[in-house]
Amino acid sequence: MTETGLETQKAPVLEIRGLTQRFGGLTAVNNFNVELHAGELNGLIGPNGAGKTTVFNLVSGFYQPTEGQIFIDGQPTAGLKPHKVTSFGVARTFQNIRLWNDMSVLDNIRVAQHYWLGYGFFHSVLRGKRFKQREAQIAQESAALLDVFDLKRYADEYPKNLPYGTQRKLEIARALSTHPKLLLLDEPAAGLNSGDAKELIRLVRWIHSTFDVTIWMIEHHMDVMMELATQIKVIDFGETIAAGTPEHIRNHPAVITAYLGDENI
Amino acid sequence: MKQYSLNILLVLFAVGLLCASYFGLMDSYIAIVVMTIGINIMMSTSLNLVNGNMGEFTCGHAAFMCVGAYVSSVLSVWCFGSKFGEALLPAWSVLFVFPVILLIGGAVAAVSSLLVSVPSFKTRDDYLAIISIAVNYMIISALENIDFVGGSRGFQGMKDTVWAMVDIFDGPWMLFWVINFTVFTVWVIRRFITSTYGKGVNAICQDEVAAEIMSVNTNKIKIINFMVAAGLAGCAGGLYAHIIGYVNPQSFNILKSTEALVMVYLGGMGSLSGAILSAIIFTGLVEVLRSQAIIDGLLSPVTFFFPDWEPSAGVIKWVVIPLLLVIVMQFRSEGIMGNRELSDLFPRLKKYYRFK
Repeated sequence: MTETGLETQKAPVLEIRGLTQRFGGLTAVNNFNVELHAGELNGLIGPNGAGKTTVFNLVSGFYQPTEGQIFIDGQPTAGLKPHKVTSFGVARTFQNIRLWNDMSVLDNIRVAQHYWLGYGFFHSVLRGKRFKQREAQIAQESAALLDVFDLKRYADEYPKNLPYGTQRKLEIARALSTHPKLLLLDEPAAGLNSGDAKELIRLVRWIHSTFDVTIWMIEHHMDVMMELATQIKVIDFGETIAAGTPEHIRNHPAVITAYLGDENI
Repeated sequence: MKQYSLNILLVLFAVGLLCASYFGLMDSYIAIVVMTIGINIMMSTSLNLVNGNMGEFTCGHAAFMCVGAYVSSVLSVWCFGSKFGEALLPAWSVLFVFPVILLIGGAVAAVSSLLVSVPSFKTRDDYLAIISIAVNYMIISALENIDFVGGSRGFQGMKDTVWAMVDIFDGPWMLFWVINFTVFTVWVIRRFITSTYGKGVNAICQDEVAAEIMSVNTNKIKIINFMVAAGLAGCAGGLYAHIIGYVNPQSFNILKSTEALVMVYLGGMGSLSGAILSAIIFTGLVEVLRSQAIIDGLLSPVTFFFPDWEPSAGVIKWVVIPLLLVIVMQFRSEGIMGNRELSDLFPRLKKYYRFK
């Protein structure tokens, strides 16, 4: 890393070139390109079934692309398992919350530290110096993270007993505990009322400014998206139909057609 | 004090048991029951690691017990017995070599668990259950067809090793080893599942996709978890072989696996103390219901009306125990303990001991 320090600084955090994903005869994503530079907060929108989540699944390594390449910090992620991609610095949340519901909030954060655990089964049984050091470090970091997210009072609670908005917050906190360079938020405002959504806007902004992380989000709430994103990409049926600033997107004819339909029909 | 209270209690209990056995306060039948309880604790806690903590449904746990039993039996006969010619090692070394033999049996069983854990990357639930049953059958049939270990006639000669120990000091050696290995099993499992590393197992159980995305190497954790469970079952098998002095492939068939399953589900999925408790209850129940007098007493209201019917304990036992399981599943489907530990159920206990 240090040898190519100059190069990696220039390389975008996420670069996608010619990404295509086919499921049998269906082309879910077609020739998708994007570049995200460090510190950006961009958006990805599109009508239902446009292939947004597929793009996220491809980036996080959950699917292997049919064609095209994905680079994280200039390094290709082709053929890597999702947990490896995560250790490269990509974290994501899910459309429907996927917390570990029967583990305490603190444990939810702790388990997400697996990528840099640095010890194995025999360490965990013998509990030597290395194990104790690492566990202490993990406990301390997890507690600190819960503290900044104002979740400390729920540390021993089970996620299933928390209010929906707090669960969303916890999922973002869990994603951040893997120290990502790139955070993918898949519809973070889904299921939130307008008050919670305002809270979420504040949260995402605050994360973006404090954690030194590049954020790419999918969102259906246009007000959230317009408020947060600097650049937005619009896809429909796997094709990129527009890209640009929120103002540009808002008035883009192709976007309006995609969302509202063609008036000539 | 709190830190050591449980250890002290355990040591006192073990010494008490050993003394009782040594000074004849406990006859050999009771000793065998106690040893069976120990082996069943090993079986249920290790199976609990897979079925409870990881949430995979496997029902071929006896296969690994079988592998451990055969490997350690062959090794022990080879080292100390007369069946394969001269004993390989001097008799005095038995005290050090015997636990090593058991651990080697466990290690081979752990490797054999790859037969289940590798398919588990892609399959789950019922399909994995079928695979595990298949593996159970595979291992048994393989052993039945190896003439070197006696085939379906079984294999014996392990008592030579036990006698070699008795020659050194005339004490309840097998009881000693069973207690040690039971404590070892519980200790290993407890430490594994409470570490951040082992909590990955629970994460896989609750949401495998999320676990993989949140940087848990799910395939590796699955392999390790299966290996630990199978390895400990292998140790249990080795002990079993040396207590009975005879192993037969058919004693590790699907019925034995089912016994382990029953103990896990009775105790509660994912609860270590539940698995221990239910192993004790289950073994106790099996032994108590062996008595014809007790069965007669229990059924006296029925036999009063049907004087011609003479229930036999051996049959009624396998009606009462499954019936108990049906009742538990109906009215408390999460098992005796649910997925909680003893200290969650009685928080006051936490003041007196710390267990890790």
